[in-house]
Amino acid sequence: MQRRTLWLAATLAATAPAAHADELSALREEVAQLKKSYAERIAALEAQISRLTPAEPMPVKTGGGTPSATGFNPEISLILQGQAKRMKDVPERGITGFWAPGGHDHDGPEKRGLSLEHSELVVAANIDPNFRGHLNVALLDGQAEVEEAWFQTLGLGNGLKLKGGRFLSGIGYLNEQHAHAWDFADAPLMTKALFGEHYAQDGLQLKWVAPTDLFIELGAEAGRGAGFPGTDRNKNGSGAGSVFGHVGGDWGPSSAWRAGLSYLATRAQARSGHFEDGDPAGPNEVEGQFSGKSRTWIADFVWKWAPDGNARSSGFKFQAEYFRRTEDGTLACAADAAALPGSPCIGHPLGAYRSRQSGFYAQGIWRFAPAWRVGYRYDRLDSGRLTADLLDDGVLDGATGALAAYAPKRHSVMADWSPSEFSRLRLQFARDKSMLGVTDDQWTLQYIMSLGSHGAHSF
Amino acid sequence: MRLFLAIWAVLLALPSHALEVFATVPEWAALVKEIGGDKVNVFAATHGMQDPHRVEARPSLIAKARRAELVVATGAELEVGWLPIVLREAGNPRIQPGQPGYFEAAGFVRMLDVPARLDRAAGDVHAAGNPHVQTDPRNILKIGEALAERLAALDQANAGAYRAGLAAFTAKWRAAMARWEKEAAILKGVPIVVQHRSWSYLVDWLGMKEVAALEPKPGVEPSAAHLARLVEQTAASRPRLVVRAAYDHPRPAEWYSAEAKIPIVVLPFTVGGDDAAKDLVSLFDLTIRRLSEPLR
Repeated sequence: MQRRTLWLAATLAATAPAAHADELSALREEVAQLKKSYAERIAALEAQISRLTPAEPMPVKTGGGTPSATGFNPEISLILQGQAKRMKDVPERGITGFWAPGGHDHDGPEKRGLSLEHSELVVAANIDPNFRGHLNVALLDGQAEVEEAWFQTLGLGNGLKLKGGRFLSGIGYLNEQHAHAWDFADAPLMTKALFGEHYAQDGLQLKWVAPTDLFIELGAEAGRGAGFPGTDRNKNGSGAGSVFGHVGGDWGPSSAWRAGLSYLATRAQARSGHFEDGDPAGPNEVEGQFSGKSRTWIADFVWKWAPDGNARSSGFKFQAEYFRRTEDGTLACAADAAALPGSPCIGHPLGAYRSRQSGFYAQGIWRFAPAWRVGYRYDRLDSGRLTADLLDDGVLDGATGALAAYAPKRHSVMADWSPSEFSRLRLQFARDKSMLGVTDDQWTLQYIMSLGSHGAHSF
Repeated sequence: MRLFLAIWAVLLALPSHALEVFATVPEWAALVKEIGGDKVNVFAATHGMQDPHRVEARPSLIAKARRAELVVATGAELEVGWLPIVLREAGNPRIQPGQPGYFEAAGFVRMLDVPARLDRAAGDVHAAGNPHVQTDPRNILKIGEALAERLAALDQANAGAYRAGLAAFTAKWRAAMARWEKEAAILKGVPIVVQHRSWSYLVDWLGMKEVAALEPKPGVEPSAAHLARLVEQTAASRPRLVVRAAYDHPRPAEWYSAEAKIPIVVLPFTVGGDDAAKDLVSLFDLTIRRLSEPLR
């Protein structure tokens, strides 16, 4: 019994390889056939899929997941800005030879040390096929200032666009840009002297683009005219008007330019500023009030260059603006007779006033690496010609403040680092000679961060 | 007033009307030209050596958009930094988004790299997916079909010409695709490193393997430390090529190529990205040749 088992085992052991080999090859063949038929079927199905795919319309993906009412939310963006500034402690900062736009601003927007600048909240969207809406609010402790709140037409056609509400005026180049888009931490002296920070209109703007290859744009605005150099005058109709024209184009594939000419006409009624009187016993601080016409011309030019128009890792931007302002009217002098009985203002309330001022800035910004830029800016103003009866009569002192003859100057250099389009850190040094007798070396370290859907910037 | 009259006189004196097309990038300008022939007058807002992400809303673009009857854009936020301004400033209602005169190519193809999570901490991500759809010739075909329909709808008098133009282009394109696919067979499964994720569609079409991107995050320049780490990380997957677009900053790819000891391939990315990439066919001829040459 045991021997038979052994023999069987031996026989089995001997025949097994042969039997297995047959079975294996059969199986292999079966697998190969299956593979082949599946491959054919898969190919046929894939062909069918690719035949059908173009026929079915692809949905346009908006990235917002399932479409819902929130998909209509407007584009919201927020800009955070702050700085650390080192400069001299000058009690009343103002550009000598020029009126202070904010009236009398002790604190000013520029603080020494660490400070938070305005945070800008921007909400914008197409309202319907005809209109687009835009709101820009500047937030700072206890205040929310509406910088812009306007609608603009989308469908007027023929190159026409109508904007209504509060908007930054299209005059000049820099005026339409918000502070976060500036290439320096502060505005040029020219902008500060002309408007404070911006010239905003509450009114209407009509712009027309010509149907030509050369970019030609003409615009006109009519507005309330409440902003400096005008004043709010509580009247019906328009208080300020401006017209502007821009031309622009390309010079080859690497550079683009734009040039413009703008004119702003407005009126002031009792626009106040602080002056010193000509009291022989010593100057007193008195209030001067200008009433009359204010007219401003601005010429602007921008040129941008980048190798092959590819501004990613290197590029240059040159920008310059020049202005001329004429003011014609009367200057009144107001002093409290009880407090300042000796002031020559008392009894000399009014006199003719006429001034013609000018100034410019020019700046160059060079991008030398994808994230790095450096820039230089030169500011120069000229207090120009001033004729005022109150000066001639010795009522007001013409040696200091807004009535002094002076040519303010400033040199600024900056370097900024932008690891992405949404963040920027900037270091700036300025030698500021905008105040008579003061040379102020200013250091500024600034951050600008934008959150949310912050898309396009204009040229 | 005299200027106005002079402009009108010039406009009236123009020869027979061709459809004015404003293409944001050269590839769509080339495609419109292929389909439309002499029935269209095409302007390309950018050229092949420009990074399409970094274009300025130049005055000349506003002037061109003012007269355009059709804007052909890529979409998927590729032009988000400048096109919205140009369209709004142009004062031309025909080409506003939502109108027949506004065409977005990305709407007609399957999008790749659609982010699951939208956060700028991930860099310059596009919510709708990777916008560089033109690097896959199959997409060109789909977009061409949609574009021909749009041209025919806008310019009905020449609808026949556009359909004929499309048919001729399709035949030429299919033959060329068969040639490219044969030539590019050796690229199948080849691991590559890219500088920016511009090539997802090309990689998908040719069956290559994108091992890594040199940019740590889309649109963020790589630092030397990051590149050094990347060389180590990618060593195991043995990339054969490092690929960059003609307009990309050359340094990161050069550095990686030297460290990892693999060749750089500079691809034209679009029509005009190289002197030899004169039209869509030569663009892909060159792309396939540049990719496969170092592997032969």
